[in-house]
Amino acid sequence: MNKNLSWFNVTSLTLGFAFLYLPILLLVVYSFNESRLVTVWGGFSTRWYVEMWNNQGLMDAAWVTIRVALLSATVATVLGTLGAIALVRFTRFPGRTLFSGMIYAPLVMPDVITGLSLLLLFVAMGLARGFWTVIIAHVTFAMCYVAVVVQSRLVTFDQSMEEAAQDLGCPPVKTFFQITLPLILPGVIAGWMLAFTLSLDDLVIASFASGPGATTLPMKIYSQVRLGVTPEINAVCTILIGIVTIGVIIASIASKRSEVERQRAERLAAATP
Amino acid sequence: MAAGPSRNLGRYLVVAVPFVWLLVFFLAPFFIIAKISLSTTAIAMPPYTPVFDGLTGLWDNLAEFSFENYVWLTSDQLYIRAYLSSLRIAFISTVLLLAIGYPIAYAMARAPSSIRPTLLMLIILPFWTSFLIRVYAWIGILKPEGLLTVVLQTVGLLAPNEQVRIMNTETAVLIGIVYSYLPFMILPLYAALERLDNTLLEAAQDLGCPPIKAFWLVTFPLSLPGVIAGSFLCFIPIMGEFVIPDLLGGSETIMIGRTLWTEFFNNRDWPLSSAVAVVLLLILVVPIVLFQNQSARATEKGR
Repeated sequence: MNKNLSWFNVTSLTLGFAFLYLPILLLVVYSFNESRLVTVWGGFSTRWYVEMWNNQGLMDAAWVTIRVALLSATVATVLGTLGAIALVRFTRFPGRTLFSGMIYAPLVMPDVITGLSLLLLFVAMGLARGFWTVIIAHVTFAMCYVAVVVQSRLVTFDQSMEEAAQDLGCPPVKTFFQITLPLILPGVIAGWMLAFTLSLDDLVIASFASGPGATTLPMKIYSQVRLGVTPEINAVCTILIGIVTIGVIIASIASKRSEVERQRAERLAAATP
Repeated sequence: MAAGPSRNLGRYLVVAVPFVWLLVFFLAPFFIIAKISLSTTAIAMPPYTPVFDGLTGLWDNLAEFSFENYVWLTSDQLYIRAYLSSLRIAFISTVLLLAIGYPIAYAMARAPSSIRPTLLMLIILPFWTSFLIRVYAWIGILKPEGLLTVVLQTVGLLAPNEQVRIMNTETAVLIGIVYSYLPFMILPLYAALERLDNTLLEAAQDLGCPPIKAFWLVTFPLSLPGVIAGSFLCFIPIMGEFVIPDLLGGSETIMIGRTLWTEFFNNRDWPLSSAVAVVLLLILVVPIVLFQNQSARATEKGR
C-alpha cells in the first residue's frame, strides 16, 4: 500500500473537515463581533460575554445544567459499567437477550419517544417533575452509552489477570477494584465524559422530563433561538465548545500517558527474569 | 472456583441493578404510552381519562379502551403525510450521509497510522459539541441575510439585491441532518475499513484487477457491516428528529417528531401524542431489532 495519501483521499479529508468545522468556527468568530448583526463585522469585542454574564436567567439555567450533568453522568457511569460487566462476563442469565436489547435500543431511540414515555411514567408514579426527574431521564439513556463504551474496553483485556487474582484468594470485590477497574478505567472515564456531554446537550428529553424551576441551558438556548439569533447565544456556545474541547484534549493526553506507562510496565515485567 | 453466598449476591447485584433500572425507566414507560394512547382526551391534569388501574381492573375496563386516537391518525392526512415525509427525509439523508461519509472514512483508514488517531479525534470532537449549537450555527449561515448570501454576493454568484432561499426549506433540514449525523456514519465505516486486510487488495492488484474494480469487489463488500451499522445509527433517530426540522425547516417540512412535539406541548393532547409515538415505534421496531442484533453480534466477535 502506498504510504502517501492519493489526491482523492486528501481532497475528501480536506472537504470533510472543512464542512465539519467551518460552521462552528464562524459561530465562535461572531461571538466576538461588536455588531448585533450576524453579517456585519463591527470589530472585536467581548461585550456579548459581559451581557451573557449579566443575564440571570441564562446563568441559572447553566448552573442547573452543570449540576444535572455531573450527577447524572456519575450515576450513569456506575450503572453503565455494571451493565457492561453483566453483558461481557455473564454469558448466561435469565433475560439476557432482553437486557442486551434494553442496552442497545436507547442508542437509536428517537428522543421524542424516550422523553414522552418517561414523562408519562413520572405522571403515573406521581413524581413531581423537576430537577430529579431530569436526572433520572438522563441516567437512563446515558448509562447505555457508558455500557457500550466500557464493554468495548472489557472485551479487549486479558481475563487471566482476574482469574490469577481470584486463584490466589483475592475476594471478587477486591479483585474488581484492584485489577478490573484500573484496566478498564480509560473506558470508564470516556464513558463518564460521554454521559456528561450527552446530558449537557439534551434538549428534547429534558423538555419532557423537566418541570417548573428546572430549566436547563439547552431549553433556554432553544427558546431564545426561536426568537432569533443573538451574539449572546454565540458567546454561551463558544464557552461550551471551549469547555468540551479542553476536556477532550486533557482526556486524550491522559489516556495516551496511561497507555505509555502500561507499555513501560509491561516491558519492565518482560525484562525481569 | 469458590462460590460463597456473598459472591453469588455480588454477581446477582451486578446484573440486577442496571437491569431493574432499565425495566422501570425504559421498558415500563412503553406500556404506559400504549395504555394512554388508548384513552380519550380530557381537560384535566393529567389530561386524559384513565383507562385502567392495575391488572385486576383490566378486563372490566377493556370495553372502555378507545381506538379513537388511532382512527384519527389514519383519517387525518396530516399525520400520514408527516410519517411519509419523515421516512423520505430519513432515507435521503442516510444515502447522502453514506455518499459523504464513505470517502472521508476511507481516506482516514488509508492515512498513515501515525496520524490516524488525530484524524479520529478531529471527527469525534464536533460530536462532543452540542447538537443544538451545531444546528444553531447553520441558521446564521443559511438565513436570507446570513453569511452564505454575503459570500455569494461578494464572489459575484448572486446579484446584490438577491438572497439565498435555503432557510426554512427541506434543503436546510437535509443540510442540518447530514451535518449533525456525519460522525455517527463515519465512525462505524472507519472501524470496518480500518480492519480491512490489505493483502486482499494487493492480491487483487497483483492479479491485474484495476483499482476501481478491486474497490467494488473487495473493499466495499468487506465494509458492509460498517455501512449497515452506520445506516441504522443514522436512519432510526433521524425518523424521530425534532430539533433540526423545527429550527431549520419551514412550515411545509413536517416530520413526525415535530408533529408529536406540537400535539404534546402546544395542543396538550397527551393521548394523541402517545398514539403518534406508538405508531412511530411500530414503524421503527424492525430496524431497531436489526440494529440490536447487529450490535450484539459485533460485540461477540470482538471477544
